[in-house]
Amino acid sequence: MAAHAHAEHLEHHGPPEPHYSSRVAPSVLGMFLFIASEIMLFGSFFTAYFFVRVVNGTPWPTPPYHLPIYVAFINTCILVTSSFTMHWALQSIKRGNVYGLRAGLLLTFLMGLTFLITQAIEYSRIGFNTTNGAFATIFFCLTGLHGAHVFVGLSILGFMTIRAFRGHFSAEHHHGVEIGGIYWHFVDVMWIVVYMTVYIL
Amino acid sequence: MQNPLRSEAEAFRFLIVVIAGSAVIVAAAYINTWLGVAAAVLVVAGVARWYWRQPSPRPPRLEVHDDTPHARRILVVANETVGGRPLREEVAKRAQGSSAEILVVAPALNSPVKHWVSDEDGARAAAQQRVDASVARLAESGVSVRGEVGDAEPLQAIEDALRTFGADEIVLSTHPEGRSNWLEQGLVEEARRRFALPITHVVVDLEAEREEVR
Repeated sequence: MAAHAHAEHLEHHGPPEPHYSSRVAPSVLGMFLFIASEIMLFGSFFTAYFFVRVVNGTPWPTPPYHLPIYVAFINTCILVTSSFTMHWALQSIKRGNVYGLRAGLLLTFLMGLTFLITQAIEYSRIGFNTTNGAFATIFFCLTGLHGAHVFVGLSILGFMTIRAFRGHFSAEHHHGVEIGGIYWHFVDVMWIVVYMTVYIL
Repeated sequence: MQNPLRSEAEAFRFLIVVIAGSAVIVAAAYINTWLGVAAAVLVVAGVARWYWRQPSPRPPRLEVHDDTPHARRILVVANETVGGRPLREEVAKRAQGSSAEILVVAPALNSPVKHWVSDEDGARAAAQQRVDASVARLAESGVSVRGEVGDAEPLQAIEDALRTFGADEIVLSTHPEGRSNWLEQGLVEEARRRFALPITHVVVDLEAEREEVR
């Protein structure tokens, strides 16, 4: 008996087979938790935004300040376009087109970088800062929080692009691009909500 | 429900939906503020409802491979019908003539409210009682049998059991058509699709059995 157990122990390599009784697959649960945490994070800032604007009745933007709606619109177009190139990159590698993957990731990275630089320039020229009332504080918090997400996305994209140029991805193995793509689209979705509420409405 | 961020393709589609929805809200808000609010509520509710109604992705078909020599293993999954006579007869018939090992699994059936507040002690205790009674009656017929309480969802309970008990076949017991939630949910068809094992469906009419006793 002991010898049998010992033999089994020697034959076994690695951790045991997963055994779980949850109704939700771990990967799906992880993504749900991530989305929930992001909703709570952005939700707290949006709550402050609606409180300042709707409950408190603060004019938006508070005179004499103006928000650069058209520059932000161009920036929105750039970011949305970067999602299309991201999607193109993944579709390319799924078909085994490595060059399409590299071009798509590089374009996505450059457009994300352009978005971030444009936002930094916008901050420097906007004419107010965080000390100019609740409106200004909320504006910088919401757009800044999103900018931080873009920065994280750019870091992921940077690693993905380097890996793509080193030939780490193929038609069969491209999970890293898939996960990065999901995050990038999520960042885009959040920007559209931020742009719509802060700049347009 | 479908997770809109489950894959890159679905996240990209969700982005397109958000862009289109935002355009509608902005257009409505330019006409009238309250129209914009109404549009926002309708768009968010419509998108949420659409994703909620999408079927969840099906898990891959589970195949059980156990090449070690062993007695014939039968996995029995049943709810309140676990002590029913047709089920006992079917299991005894299948175990006859071979040294069969039988695992009886009774899912811990619970109400949705109790499930969501994690109040499942009562459900597990009731399931354990059913299993104990069923195991005792099957053991009387000389079969090697043991029992355990499974997940409240029968498919998950089967999958959990198969991970530790490499069954050769599954016997699934339900109430008759019209009184069975499991049949209404298409459990037998879904189990046949999901598990690459022979599955026998046994119908147990507990009311008829009670009538016979009277």
